[in-house]
Amino acid sequence: MSDTAEASIGKAGAPQRGPTGTGDALLRGLRVLGRQREATVFVIAGALFLYFLIKGGSSFTSKSNQVTLWSDDVAPYAIIALGEVFLLICGEIDLSVGFVVGFAPYLMHYLIDFYAIPGLLAIFFALLVGLVVGAVNGFFTVTVRVPSFITTLGTGFILLGLINTTSHDQPAAIPQSVLGIGKWINNYAFAPIVWAVVLTALFHIVLTRTRWGLHTVSVGGNLLGAREAGIRVNRIKYGNFMITGLLGSLVGLQQMYYTNNIAPTAGSYQWMFYAVTAAVIGGTAMLGGTGTVVGAFFGAVVLGILLDGFPLIGVSADPLNIIFGGAILVSMVANVQLTRLRERGQS
Amino acid sequence: MTATTPGGQTAPVNPDGDVLRCEHIAKNYGAVTALTDVNVRLGRGEVLGLIGDNGAGKSTLLKILCGFQPPSTGRIFLDGQQVTFKSVDHARSLGIDAVYQDLALINQLTVFQNMFLNREKVRWPLVRNGAMRKEAREHLDEMGVQVPSVNVPVAMLSGGQRQAVAVARSVFSNPKILLLDEPLAAMGVKEGAIILDLITRLKHEGNVSVIIIAHNYAHVLEVCDRINLIQGGRITLDKRTSETSAEELTELVVAEYRRALEERQRSS
Repeated sequence: MSDTAEASIGKAGAPQRGPTGTGDALLRGLRVLGRQREATVFVIAGALFLYFLIKGGSSFTSKSNQVTLWSDDVAPYAIIALGEVFLLICGEIDLSVGFVVGFAPYLMHYLIDFYAIPGLLAIFFALLVGLVVGAVNGFFTVTVRVPSFITTLGTGFILLGLINTTSHDQPAAIPQSVLGIGKWINNYAFAPIVWAVVLTALFHIVLTRTRWGLHTVSVGGNLLGAREAGIRVNRIKYGNFMITGLLGSLVGLQQMYYTNNIAPTAGSYQWMFYAVTAAVIGGTAMLGGTGTVVGAFFGAVVLGILLDGFPLIGVSADPLNIIFGGAILVSMVANVQLTRLRERGQS
Repeated sequence: MTATTPGGQTAPVNPDGDVLRCEHIAKNYGAVTALTDVNVRLGRGEVLGLIGDNGAGKSTLLKILCGFQPPSTGRIFLDGQQVTFKSVDHARSLGIDAVYQDLALINQLTVFQNMFLNREKVRWPLVRNGAMRKEAREHLDEMGVQVPSVNVPVAMLSGGQRQAVAVARSVFSNPKILLLDEPLAAMGVKEGAIILDLITRLKHEGNVSVIIIAHNYAHVLEVCDRINLIQGGRITLDKRTSETSAEELTELVVAEYRRALEERQRSS
């Protein structure tokens, strides 16, 4: 076929491609553009860290505050955000995951204390419930075709009702039989952030280097096209709901050990909103097809530093939500503009 | 029995040699009938042009033939064997690949990622980007498809380049039967000619049979051995390209259009 290699499709007379050709220059430019979002959020996070370092001094740098910052104010949102990023990329959202955070520890507690189930098995069921909630979300969204916003609003309320009804709004102590496992999960004050970093790395690889990640992008980027290419789009969506639910369970158990308490107020809408905020600040649009795991992590860092830092330097926490709201809008505008810019680049 | 095509080749018309045959295909979407009763055959190495006005059922038929959706009734034979396509993947595994009108490209993914969409090379759990990049580049070079780089998102490509990538992707999987839905739709004259050259080349290599859907007859007549006209969910004309002309086909479509218009006016 070598004799036909000269035939050209596309731009006639385009320069011959090579390792140092214009294609690669274009590619480098695109990479910078693609990573710009993550880089921007990283710089913002760094600047905020420096600001509070200077303003807060030792009260900011103290170990106890650093633990609060990273394990309380960053890690849980960063972990939940991983699931939300995958869902947002495939054009969905999960509003219920915060209540999975709250429900999973209670389920474990009930199974052990009321049904005498061994600790490890109870933990297994607590993780499983996240998968089940995810599957239910997937069922209503994908199979019944209720928009995920509505589906997960519903399942979220159901979970909240279950938590309140079954616990009578009372906190509970961690059962003895699983205290030992807690040492394994959380035996170190910075354990939550270590989990968050490791999971972020893992999810970054899944998103960019596995079929699952590529197909998630495909489903969000061009649903019909993905289906035509033979991608099982329903399976991708179900899977991402289930992954998000599982992360909710994981964060629920982790925070249970971290706070040494099972509380009916754990998680809830606030955590879910913070996770979505982290994802959006990090550069993930709900437009489908675009999103970054690493950006969401730095989004959570920005969020956490603000949550931790403002009260520390004597500023009321009240105006924080104004800042978050503004940050969400600015990030989204940047996303939309970037997308437009890309589309204009296509002739 | 053979007939001579414009290309000077002989194409088999023996039904037993047909690589694909469908009988009495019908497709309803609820109360809407997209296909009434379609019989189509495709000879080995043949290029069949499937033409008709918008809404005549061309794309519906294509989506049935590539396993995207099942027919309501009717039978499909592949090499004389009756088959039921369970999915696009299934049809692809039997050697049928399609280029859809919307191209089924993912804008956010790069050229090479699109080339290997849903047939990624994997060393579990990771995809083998290096190997896919290399093969995609080689294949595009071989086919004479020029893109700035296989690493750019397809959103950056021109309409013609996108179309070329989509066609190259389908040829890449080495299909027995290639289905092309409006392959010239997004193309300028020059780019369109290149796709037509590509189809001609595939035809001369003789390993693949092609069905081309088009409503621009003039282009299609150049590369097709045979033309089927589809009107109102039925095949209303089946002629060798040498026996028909763009004028005849246009007249048939216009006549059909007038008849429909008159009927509408009478009933209103």
